[in-house]
Amino acid sequence: MNIVVLIKQVPDTWSERTLSDADKTLDRASSDAVLDEINERAVEEALKIKEAGDATITVLTVGPDRATDAIRKALSMGADSAVHVNDEAIHGSDAVTTAKILAKAIGTVEDVQLVLAGNEATDGRSGAMAGMLGEVLGWPSLTHANEMSVDGGTVTVKRETDEGTADLAASLPAVVSVAEKINEPRYPSFKGIMAAKKKPVSKIGISDLGLDAGEVGLAGSLVQVDSFAPRPPKSGGQKVEDEGDGGAKIAEFLAGQKLI
Amino acid sequence: MAEVLVLVDHVDGEIKKNTYEMLTAARRLGEPSAVVVGTPGTATKVAEGLGAHGAEKIYVAESDDAVNYLSTPQVDALAVLVERVSPRAVLIPAGADGREVAGRLAVRTNSGWLNDVVDIDDQGAATHSIFGGAFTVQAHATTDTAVISWRSGSIEIEEHAAAGTQETVEVPAIDESKSAKVSNRAPIVGGDRPELTEANVVVAGGRGVGSAENFNVVETLADSLHAAVGASRAAVDSGYYPNQFQVGQTGKTVSPQLYIALGISGAIQHRAGMQTSKTIVAVNKDPEAPIFEIADFGVVGDLFSISPQLTEEVGKRSS
Repeated sequence: MNIVVLIKQVPDTWSERTLSDADKTLDRASSDAVLDEINERAVEEALKIKEAGDATITVLTVGPDRATDAIRKALSMGADSAVHVNDEAIHGSDAVTTAKILAKAIGTVEDVQLVLAGNEATDGRSGAMAGMLGEVLGWPSLTHANEMSVDGGTVTVKRETDEGTADLAASLPAVVSVAEKINEPRYPSFKGIMAAKKKPVSKIGISDLGLDAGEVGLAGSLVQVDSFAPRPPKSGGQKVEDEGDGGAKIAEFLAGQKLI
Repeated sequence: MAEVLVLVDHVDGEIKKNTYEMLTAARRLGEPSAVVVGTPGTATKVAEGLGAHGAEKIYVAESDDAVNYLSTPQVDALAVLVERVSPRAVLIPAGADGREVAGRLAVRTNSGWLNDVVDIDDQGAATHSIFGGAFTVQAHATTDTAVISWRSGSIEIEEHAAAGTQETVEVPAIDESKSAKVSNRAPIVGGDRPELTEANVVVAGGRGVGSAENFNVVETLADSLHAAVGASRAAVDSGYYPNQFQVGQTGKTVSPQLYIALGISGAIQHRAGMQTSKTIVAVNKDPEAPIFEIADFGVVGDLFSISPQLTEEVGKRSS
């Protein structure tokens, strides 16, 4: 079975994140970039399927040159090859356009039966890419998986979100997004790291996907950002030491604000 | 006037107040029409509330399959209506399920998707809060219809009497090969407490609470204020409180009128989920805890004496 795992390099959430003044997009240069943790779980899940049977794993990313680091990490964990869509024109693409680019890129891998992704990136947080990709591909999407299994032509998932739990089932080909609790991703072994250096990475641009520069990036986006501003820093208000009356003091403050 | 569709947020016919918020927002853009997707009988349960909050029309897409497939029934119904009435916007709740519906609808109808919107004006300019409230962004959709994921708790609900005329929507049968079938659906129920993202008041506990048993101090204060209970990642990771109550970067984003942080240091990860709260109160033993930088009122001290005292004071004032 051919599996594609979507990976994404994101700004480390522990570093300061900002937007670029010039074009109002995420300023990816100003913060540390890491392989989004949830993607490692997606890679791990693909590796489990491979170990249990027979699968070929291709990791797919859309991003600038330095996304190579994220690809290497996934390959050193055990994925077989990678597709790296890297094109200046993509910069600033909205979620709908990104879904279209990903769908085209998945089309470059032969006979894909399963696409795995993280359920939510820490930067864009649209939390819907798997569903959107399924929509473009015309495949079912099974999202927020805490457990999954593939049996014959069927994939089943235990789904958990803030809103509730459910069991999902669909026929392959399908898109599955994994949630935090699905597994603990392995650390790449030394052997894995060495082997990763020899694994094929296919670097393609949007013309290889049959797309035109006007269809992607800021030009192709269906939303336009007009302005942005850092939220005015919330200044700390009063801070008092508890002298046995801390609770009463909070109550007074809340009453003054008409909150109680 | 252009129609504005609002996907009714409900669990088995029990409406969530976010629906009324979306109807209030929709009225700024045009004429609100509510869209009810659910099992037969759902519309009857929700119609009165929808009419009282501005829904001129109520589109009803009821079927047994509405709960048997993941997000497809909602996407199908909304796509049929987008095609038919060319609404100026479609408002959809910004929860996990809603975002999936919104993203898929945007793809299917080739519409611009504005995610996690907290405000909108009559020109269709949407305000988003990103990176956990560190930035606000103004954006608009360049397509005829905008798909808008609306973050709960962003604006005041306004009542507005409207016709609430019901109209059945015929939705084509679900294509099984393109949909995930759902079974054993179990909504997470938070007992008698309000839902975390919908609550006006949230009382949250962190590592400083020290144990799962000690969380009853947090719960007791929460109950005195009719508040939801939240927890920091540190508290969740230590097993003090269940995962679904986690507030922060990797948990829920909340924006209540009042947020009380007990024993939470206030790391960036946590602040990202709560710093847009209107008023923040913090209790922490460490006077240097970063939570105090954003707290409107902070008390340096032991939460195990301060919190019960506050609970008692709240009780006195409300009786």
